Amino acid sequence: MSGGLYSMEEKDYDKNLNLKAIKPYGDTMNDGKVQLSFTLPVPAGDEAVEAAKQFLKGMGLDNPQVVFFKELTPGFTFFNCYGSATHTVDFTVIHVPKVESTVMDMPATDEYIRENIGRKLVVVGASTGTDAHTVGIDAIMNMKGYAGHYGLERYDMIEAYNLGSQVPNEDFIAKAVELKADALLVSQTVTQKDIHIKNLTELVELLEAEGLRDKVILACGGPRITHELAKELGYDAGFGMNTYADDVASFIAEEYVRRHNKK
Amino acid sequence: MNSKLGLDSKKVAYARQLAAGVAADVQNFVDGYTTVAVERTLCRLLGIDGVDANSVPLPNVVVDSLKAAGVLSEGALFYVGNAMAVLGLTPMEIAERISAGTLDITKLEIKPLQEIQKALEEPINASMERIRARRARREKYLREIGEGPKPYLYVIVATGNIYEDVVQAEAAARQGADIIAVIRTTGQSLLDYVPYGATTEGFGGTYATQENFRIMRQALDKVGEEVGRYIRLCNYCSGLCMPEIAVMGAFEGLDVMLNDALYGILFRDINMQRTLIDQFFSRVINGFAGVIINTGEDNYLTTADAVEAAHTVLASDIINEQLALIAGLPEEQMGLGHAFEMDPMLENGFLLELAQAQMAREIFPKAPLKYMPPTKFMTGNIFRGHIQDALFNMIGIWTNQGIQLLGMPTEAIHTPFMSDRFLSIENAKYIFNNMKSIGDEVEFKEGGIVRTRAKEVLDKAIELLEKLREEGLFSALEKGIFADVKRPRNGGKGLDGVTPKGSNYMNPFVKLMIGGK
Repeated sequence: MSGGLYSMEEKDYDKNLNLKAIKPYGDTMNDGKVQLSFTLPVPAGDEAVEAAKQFLKGMGLDNPQVVFFKELTPGFTFFNCYGSATHTVDFTVIHVPKVESTVMDMPATDEYIRENIGRKLVVVGASTGTDAHTVGIDAIMNMKGYAGHYGLERYDMIEAYNLGSQVPNEDFIAKAVELKADALLVSQTVTQKDIHIKNLTELVELLEAEGLRDKVILACGGPRITHELAKELGYDAGFGMNTYADDVASFIAEEYVRRHNKK
Repeated sequence: MNSKLGLDSKKVAYARQLAAGVAADVQNFVDGYTTVAVERTLCRLLGIDGVDANSVPLPNVVVDSLKAAGVLSEGALFYVGNAMAVLGLTPMEIAERISAGTLDITKLEIKPLQEIQKALEEPINASMERIRARRARREKYLREIGEGPKPYLYVIVATGNIYEDVVQAEAAARQGADIIAVIRTTGQSLLDYVPYGATTEGFGGTYATQENFRIMRQALDKVGEEVGRYIRLCNYCSGLCMPEIAVMGAFEGLDVMLNDALYGILFRDINMQRTLIDQFFSRVINGFAGVIINTGEDNYLTTADAVEAAHTVLASDIINEQLALIAGLPEEQMGLGHAFEMDPMLENGFLLELAQAQMAREIFPKAPLKYMPPTKFMTGNIFRGHIQDALFNMIGIWTNQGIQLLGMPTEAIHTPFMSDRFLSIENAKYIFNNMKSIGDEVEFKEGGIVRTRAKEVLDKAIELLEKLREEGLFSALEKGIFADVKRPRNGGKGLDGVTPKGSNYMNPFVKLMIGGK
């Protein structure tokens, strides 16, 4: 069933990299190799395998191969598959909105704030709504930080308040006002049924209603958050996977300076 | 048992003695108070169930009426029992009339204590019998169709829809799961009531309701008969409705319950007084119902560092053990929590994890320890994640853990797909079989990394327990001793539901259930 350990198929395609038409790479340029696993709601058997192959073809994959399948429970079959992509992407025209700041480390950010702002920035963070996960906001704010990146609490020039999890948006705003926050950080981990979108949107609406939106730097973060999504929802920045306290702190400091220099 | 780690049994005994002192102080406080959740539980134990026209559960209606009248401290049994004696109605009929606004049970003449007790006898006996019968049913299944070997394979379902959860649970049972945990919808722990009926909408999980419990229990009985293995059902007896969920689970035949006040205090900001009072009664019920409790110490390591804070897990486990014993919950039902949460890039991290797990095994020899998989350092790299879970599984079988919460390669991405669960069960079964007797075969070198680490963690746990003994648990929690989280004694959620017991207060269930089988 599998293509065998050593592929004997002919490779009579252009093996030169063309950034205007890129494809996945397996072991040869432009072989287009893609690896997938999924479950189909049908019993295992020849028909199921054929269904999986047709499904792959429908995804634009040539030479579909089902290398493993297993019925997980009656009526549901799991597949591991490979195929070769037929379509390409033009890499030269791609534009992804990014957080526009130079990422500085902790001492550099502290120094930057000292020089350009001359006082501590107040940052209030929370995992808001019903979200009980503190892992994200802790990674950014806790003294210890995450993966070798110290959290905001350790910064000399940042006064960090981590309100924890399940903080209602109203309470979050009240606390921000009380603490005279310069920046608000919202962490969202649970994304089932787009609950994070509703919650993030609600916060922006509440801030606007209170006339506070322009007075604070507003950022959100979480494993499923992108900067693009954040901007769309009315945030100043979004921090997704592989971003740390450094990214957040640099952005807040530079954005603060940008705004206050304009005035 | 001969210690493979060379642990000093005198030190362990000393640690327990310190923890027993901490627990006794907590219990001294708990004994003087009741809460709205405890009183609602008592209503349920009298057979009060269902909701009013606004979907407010009737136990809430009754207890709220007492609270509004300022007599919560006398307790639900006193007033409901008195109403039964005066009016000759059943508890359910009384609740319905309170709900309709046609009865105020705080305004009735007060009958002599004996008559109140007499009136309560029948519903009390009925619910005791109901719970006993449920327990007997589990024991019969275990005798007749048996169970999987330990460590039990524990997986979660979390679709938000109880009927979809059933499909997922059946699939998992057929693949080899021994325990199905239905994750609760996010935020349920902060509801001061338990929703009613079957539910199909939840976020990141499914509402814990008595009807959902019943639906899942029925499905697991069926699939258990099919696969020839009793399948345990787990839910969450935590948050603001601890004892209520306990009694619902006891009625519907749940087998395992997360049940840990410390977890609620630290990670859900539930008021410490409230939840420790609630916890006591919930553990009394769980103990009587034969339910294994799971404690949440593993979570400390998601916020604090797993190497540095290892001793806080052990200290908390020992305290939790002592608190459970006071509630009459036997060691065989204590799924004390710990976890495999060290940074995978740590040199010899595996040996440190092994030391930790073996130490927990030796210190709690009879407990079905709950061993949690890596979560903090799961990155979205599902391939490495699967290997991290494999290392975790090796330690599970090596140190004979009781309940192995299977890690999913897709941890930190989504709630498990059916195929994620399959891959994780396959991973565990492969390793459990392939390395079955490694624990009997391998000993640890004297003065080596494993023994040294275990000794160090025990010593640090004792130091911490000495501090806790002196300070008391409440004040230690205020200082952020666990999980780097500080919680004020009068802060958090649910404090307004706490009241000192009045002179007429009664709760005969505590006595009936502790030690009663």
